[in-house]
Amino acid sequence: MTGSAKSSNWNAAILYACVAAGGVIGSVARYLASLLIPTIAGFPLPTLFVNVTGSFIIGFYSTITGPDGRVFASTRQRQFVMTGICGGYTTFSAFSLESFRLLHGGMTATALLNISVSVVTWLVAVWLGHVLASRLNRLKGS
Amino acid sequence: MSGFVSVILGSMFGGMARYFISGFVARRVGETFPWGTLFINVSGAFVIGIFGALALDDASIFAEPDPWLFAVTGFLGCYTTVSSFSLQSLALARDGQRTRAAGYVGFSVALCLGAVALGFALAGLFK
Repeated sequence: MTGSAKSSNWNAAILYACVAAGGVIGSVARYLASLLIPTIAGFPLPTLFVNVTGSFIIGFYSTITGPDGRVFASTRQRQFVMTGICGGYTTFSAFSLESFRLLHGGMTATALLNISVSVVTWLVAVWLGHVLASRLNRLKGS
Repeated sequence: MSGFVSVILGSMFGGMARYFISGFVARRVGETFPWGTLFINVSGAFVIGIFGALALDDASIFAEPDPWLFAVTGFLGCYTTVSSFSLQSLALARDGQRTRAAGYVGFSVALCLGAVALGFALAGLFK
């Protein structure tokens, strides 16, 4: 094996470790949220909470550390925070199962409310995070 | 305490599986459309549907807390992602690709719900 292939393998292994470590942190935070936040009238609030806050964080972080961002972050740091922490913290599978269970259990209105409120608030949250970070990026000074 | 260990172990593998698949799909198909995340979320929804159906049977291992926390809260929870989905939808919309952004959102939600229902129904057939 050549030296550069060795160093590229090493670099890939480090990126996997960053994603795994971030994923564990995000997932434990999601698990804690599910223990602390109640489900109200069948509405899966814990999953909505993590998905909305996680969307806000990824929107903010990706822009504040982006090409015009005021914070420098290495590829490893970005993978750790975005692919790792945000990816592990948010979950599409739990959202899908909870919506299906509501539909299957005959709570159609709650299911449709969950689906529509979730999709809208995720997208608004990622957009708000992006807009806030863009404003900070345009501020004068360091 | 064992609940935390289960979540930690499951999520370690789930995050790496997502990173591997999204990278693999991006290299093969390109990055103009987030096919990797779409595949991850739909496949994760299919598997969670199977586990969700199995958990209804008290004799199933998924009716126990730790296997569920490992496989569902840990692995599938970390494998699937809303944050990347939201960021990719925003990126498509900001890039002026409104139809693609709307299609990505609509297909993700519809295919994931369909995949859960399919997994749930298939697991029911084989019980």
